[in-house]
Amino acid sequence: MAKSTRRQQLEAVALYPVDWLEERSGLVGYTKWFLFRKVPHDISWAQTLGAATLTAFIVQAVTGVVLAFYYKPDPASAYASVQNITEEVTLGWLVRGMHKWGASVFIILMFFHMARTFLFGAYKYPRELNWIIGVLLLALGMLEGFTGYLLPWDNTAYWATVVGINLNATAPFAGPFLAQFLQGGLDIGPDTLAKFYALHMLLIPGAIMALIGLHLYLVVRLGVTSPPWSSSSAGRPRPETDGSRQGLIREPGTPASDGGQE
Amino acid sequence: MSEREQHTPPLPAPSLWPIGFAIGIACVLVGLVVSTAALVIGLVVTLVFGGLWVRDLAGKRPPAVAAAPKPAMATEADLNATTDRATFLSLATVGVGGLIGAGVTLPALGFGVLPSFVGDRVETKEVDLGPISNFPEGQYVIATYLEDPDLGEVTRRTAFVRNNGRTEAGEPSFTTIFSRCVHLGCPVQPNGPIDEEARQEVNGVELRPVLAASFGCPCHGGLYDSEGNRNAGPPVRSLDRYEFSIRNGNLILGRLFSVGDVDGTGAKARISKYYRAYPGVHVDGIEKWLYPIPTPGSTS
Repeated sequence: MAKSTRRQQLEAVALYPVDWLEERSGLVGYTKWFLFRKVPHDISWAQTLGAATLTAFIVQAVTGVVLAFYYKPDPASAYASVQNITEEVTLGWLVRGMHKWGASVFIILMFFHMARTFLFGAYKYPRELNWIIGVLLLALGMLEGFTGYLLPWDNTAYWATVVGINLNATAPFAGPFLAQFLQGGLDIGPDTLAKFYALHMLLIPGAIMALIGLHLYLVVRLGVTSPPWSSSSAGRPRPETDGSRQGLIREPGTPASDGGQE
Repeated sequence: MSEREQHTPPLPAPSLWPIGFAIGIACVLVGLVVSTAALVIGLVVTLVFGGLWVRDLAGKRPPAVAAAPKPAMATEADLNATTDRATFLSLATVGVGGLIGAGVTLPALGFGVLPSFVGDRVETKEVDLGPISNFPEGQYVIATYLEDPDLGEVTRRTAFVRNNGRTEAGEPSFTTIFSRCVHLGCPVQPNGPIDEEARQEVNGVELRPVLAASFGCPCHGGLYDSEGNRNAGPPVRSLDRYEFSIRNGNLILGRLFSVGDVDGTGAKARISKYYRAYPGVHVDGIEKWLYPIPTPGSTS
């Protein structure tokens, strides 16, 4: 079917920037590799929990950056600046609320995502490394919760952090040093607030982003797991298979071979 | 494909030098905290073993058995010459890069972590609670003060002070209990009526007499008797106390210390005294071996 000249011209104009980018960076190809991949035919909403968790994290990152415009991490003004965000700044109440409640959503979704992975057996070979990365992400997410809880600098924040730090201090051998590192002295003080702020918005989010990148890379490389009741398995074919493992991982859609059932 | 395989550098033979190098680094780190001598020894060990390691890697080539199985297109001499130069350059890049990286990372890491491990930010501020005549004999007074008024409310502390009269030796005796629970650090409350009408403020210190028969913690139910000994609940030792002194007739609170237990009461009490430890940390009994090193800053 011959396209009209005008249509061809329009397509060329539209595709020119994409081609330009692809020719110089290969980014379009990588994006296609990342986004357009085969998944099992019988996946369900359960497999969207990871993406939901990622969304919750992005919400936290974006609202956190905006909150940092107005938050002042020093003991004299921290509480007042949070009040200012909530009461005075336009839409501050909304962004703070999103960050506060989003934090809980993020943690809850991580647990749901982990439960799905566990119950579907999606942590098994060859995805063990991704499970390990996920556990690290869970720990870092909890640390975000712990460090973020202090920042409103009210009585709840103060005493919860006193108890939290002293809990760390009871660990044998290293405990007291860990506690001292966290609060920068024998008691909670200005150093504690600044340190928690830096951990909360620089160090831990950086680590989380790096690990999420690795997590996603492995998801794309290894493919989405079929549900345990599925008659087919999915994933990219292994680059090389030896005889004993033949048939363990198949092209999506191909029928299961004898003895190859996972 | 096969050509690429030929260029794979042969694996270095196993060596003990990296282990010595690691021991040296560990010694340096310990030395940074403990003593200069250990630091110097650690540096020497690190340099010696590091040098041996580098010489090992750069100098002697292990027999290229692993790389040999396929017939080489080039002669073996050519191959060795190529891999040698490549290996040297990789090692040089890694080595120089590592040195630069360490030069940036180690100071930053040290700055981030070490202050907490050497007790940098720990200092004792003496607190003047005013004339001792404000403390009636045999009764607890709740003294609330700001440890550092510049830093504000975050340094608000509470002490329970009881004038015990004089010891047998004729010295003035005070029981000076710090209000933080030795379970996890919540504020302990005196169990008894507070005489709000006798409340007074002396140099910014709020004094409120209380009839305290015991102290209780609202967080997890820790209960202490009137000497601060644990009666019930999760605490692992007796309530912390202050050292005190009397200057120009004023009661001065000094350094905090931890208490194993208190034998006897009031002026006759015998107190087993330890360096200040974190709440929840055992100072006596068999569990104290779980916390062998005193908290930095608590001993000075």
